[in-house]
Amino acid sequence: MNELIPQFNWHDVVVSPWTDGFSSTIWIVLMGAMVATACGLVGNYLILRRMALVGDAISHSVLPGLAIAFLLTGSRGSGVMFFGALLAGVATTLLIELIHKKSRVKQDAAIGIAFTSLFAIGVILISVYAASGKVDLDQECVLYGEIGLVWLEEQTVIAGATIGPESVVRMTAIALITVVLVVLFYKELLVSSFDPGLASSLGINAGLVHYALMSWLSVVVVSAFESVGAILVIAMLILPGATASLLTYRLPRVMALTVLHGVISSVGGLHLALWLGCSTAGAMVVVGSGLFICAWIFSPSQGLLRRWLVKVEDAPLDPTISTKPMKEAHL
Amino acid sequence: MRLLAPARWSMVLGLCLFAAFGVVDAHAARIGDLSETRIWEQAIRFFSLRDPAVRYAALGAILLGTSCGLLGSFIVVRKMALVGDTLSHAVLPGVAVGFLWNMSKDPIAIFIGAVAAGLLGVLFVNWIQQTTRLKEDTALGLALAGFFAVGICLVTMMQRLPTGSKSGIDKFLFGQAAALGAADVKLMAVVTLLSVATIFLFYKEFLVASFDPGFAKASGHSVKVAHYTLMWLLAFSIVISLQAVGVVLVSAMLITPAAAAYLLTDRMHRMVLYSMAFGIASGLVGAFISFLRPNLPTGPFMVLAASLIFAVAFVAAPRHGIVVRWWRQRSQSRRVQRENTLKSIYHVLEGRSFQQEGVTVEELAARRRETVEEIRQQAADLRAHELATFDKHDGVIYLTPEGWQRAAAIVRNHRLWELYLTNAAQIAPDHVHEDAEKIEHVLGEEVVRQLERKLAFAKEDPHGRLIPDVATIQRGSGPRREAPSGYRRSE
Repeated sequence: MNELIPQFNWHDVVVSPWTDGFSSTIWIVLMGAMVATACGLVGNYLILRRMALVGDAISHSVLPGLAIAFLLTGSRGSGVMFFGALLAGVATTLLIELIHKKSRVKQDAAIGIAFTSLFAIGVILISVYAASGKVDLDQECVLYGEIGLVWLEEQTVIAGATIGPESVVRMTAIALITVVLVVLFYKELLVSSFDPGLASSLGINAGLVHYALMSWLSVVVVSAFESVGAILVIAMLILPGATASLLTYRLPRVMALTVLHGVISSVGGLHLALWLGCSTAGAMVVVGSGLFICAWIFSPSQGLLRRWLVKVEDAPLDPTISTKPMKEAHL
Repeated sequence: MRLLAPARWSMVLGLCLFAAFGVVDAHAARIGDLSETRIWEQAIRFFSLRDPAVRYAALGAILLGTSCGLLGSFIVVRKMALVGDTLSHAVLPGVAVGFLWNMSKDPIAIFIGAVAAGLLGVLFVNWIQQTTRLKEDTALGLALAGFFAVGICLVTMMQRLPTGSKSGIDKFLFGQAAALGAADVKLMAVVTLLSVATIFLFYKEFLVASFDPGFAKASGHSVKVAHYTLMWLLAFSIVISLQAVGVVLVSAMLITPAAAAYLLTDRMHRMVLYSMAFGIASGLVGAFISFLRPNLPTGPFMVLAASLIFAVAFVAAPRHGIVVRWWRQRSQSRRVQRENTLKSIYHVLEGRSFQQEGVTVEELAARRRETVEEIRQQAADLRAHELATFDKHDGVIYLTPEGWQRAAAIVRNHRLWELYLTNAAQIAPDHVHEDAEKIEHVLGEEVVRQLERKLAFAKEDPHGRLIPDVATIQRGSGPRREAPSGYRRSE
């Protein structure tokens, strides 16, 4: 056990990353926070639409897209990979719909069939070509990524100024675009998520919003996937939104808490990984889950502790079915 | 039945003991060490089960196909497919802890750890759903990601250790059937027999609890016990499949064969049997392909084989496949098209009080607001079904007796339904046409007779047109206003 869990050394784990290793730490933390922000914001809508596991499916099935794009073009250029994975992501959505609309198989089984088939194809392609030395993606890397190494990547240079590692710059851009999109299309997303009937009576094309959301989900997943692995993506689609929705009922606050959750789990995960010497992406998710459990127990409005203290066993969990009018009920 | 139960239990116990001690404990070349290259020789070598390693791999594939197919069919019909996915990810920390127990690949320790972690994950999901406002999909995703991340951390921590890096725990992520040993296969056999026996003995209880929980409760069966027993068995079968298929893809072995079986039959016991057969077939195919070359992972090939079976069922299933569905829809829409043409011919004839029998293509085109070409095609279709005669040159359509009967029957259906809607459902007469347009094609003879009785054999529809009655249909000429009431053909 002592071998497994190293001594906790305050200086090495907490201080030195921010002094000696600042240039690497900042990029890793920024990457983690940006992945969590972009995934979390999109994930909020998945949670509202009860499609949390579609995100899981897409983050698995971009793998064959990456592999095929690589085998066809022979380049690891991010543009090609990006395009291939994006196609795979959209194909997953279509495949799920094909299976459950054209046969009597239900949606949950359709999700399970679609993403496992695609993921299997991806793993086979990688293992066949990895054996012949043509692919340098490896299977484990796909699952938990190499976020600890992002700072070693090539630096992006724009107009002569060195900005930062390529994937961090790209992820930051994606996260910012996500924020802009969420602000711009706030009403459309909100209405079509909560009340598709109202949406169509307001002239909002709910189908279009659905596919746009799915496509953007694929974009986010793909840009995060390559450097941080599937597990961080899946977790960050769900964890921040779920944690935030235990703390507040209002969507704008949920969004803000989502970003906060992402930053905390990114910093915390880095330190945890340094201490235990484990996968950084995995540690970030563990910290994020810890935050969820804290919110679950200590949430001032709906936490287990409050429910236990106030004995509100029968109080409805969902304010939308509450009999008492809420002060903040209007969204 | 009840008296037989102890006898059955002892039989099951005997089989389990046989499985535990009967498997020959021998060590020989791993699959990867074999050197033959020709596919036929490989196939013969694989399926003749000469090498113990091959025997273990094949036996393992059969066992995991059986137990996954069996339990998969229950989770698919209960719409819990993604619970399987969550469960299979949640076992990872348990696998790691089982490894840590004595830093070796001890099947029993891993089994206990993994089952404990998996069930903890399921409890976690239930607990989140009960105490927060989060929905099932979110709760499943949370448990999946959280547990899997803890597992990943433990696995990467162990790989840092000198003993951990070569322990082979990474094989649990994607699976390698060649790594199965005698002890693993024994465990698989015992667990599979346990699942099969439990489901076989309590089949009725599981069936009722899955399809009609309310009825199950009413008849004194505990739905909760059935649910948690199923979760236990599910956790068992996931854990024994891990080594061969891997954590990530176990859920496919649960879902895909069962979903393929679901498309092929409507009876649960058949679905279970098909699903087991598909599970075994895809397991064997996967094990065989990964045996061909040293570096091929087993799990993905099993999953791909299962997906292929599903794809075939999806396309070609006798009743629920898309080809049959497409054909059914096509022939239905063509029948509706023919009936609409017949109805228009009736309308044209009615418009001139059934004076002449021939209807020209131009008349019909004007009536249906379609081009003459389209009408010619429809007429040819009617002729092909012997509902009308049609001369291409003069373009006149004459209904055959059968065609007349169908045309009059459709018009009768339409007008009766309109009348029924205005009388019984009190819908305004100008709102009933659309609905009648659809229902006229699907009303059966029995329903039509009921409608007639309910409407007291009314003669006119809400728009004042005559409803053709049975006599009209049989006679082959239009209905008459002054027909003596109660007239029936004496036959």
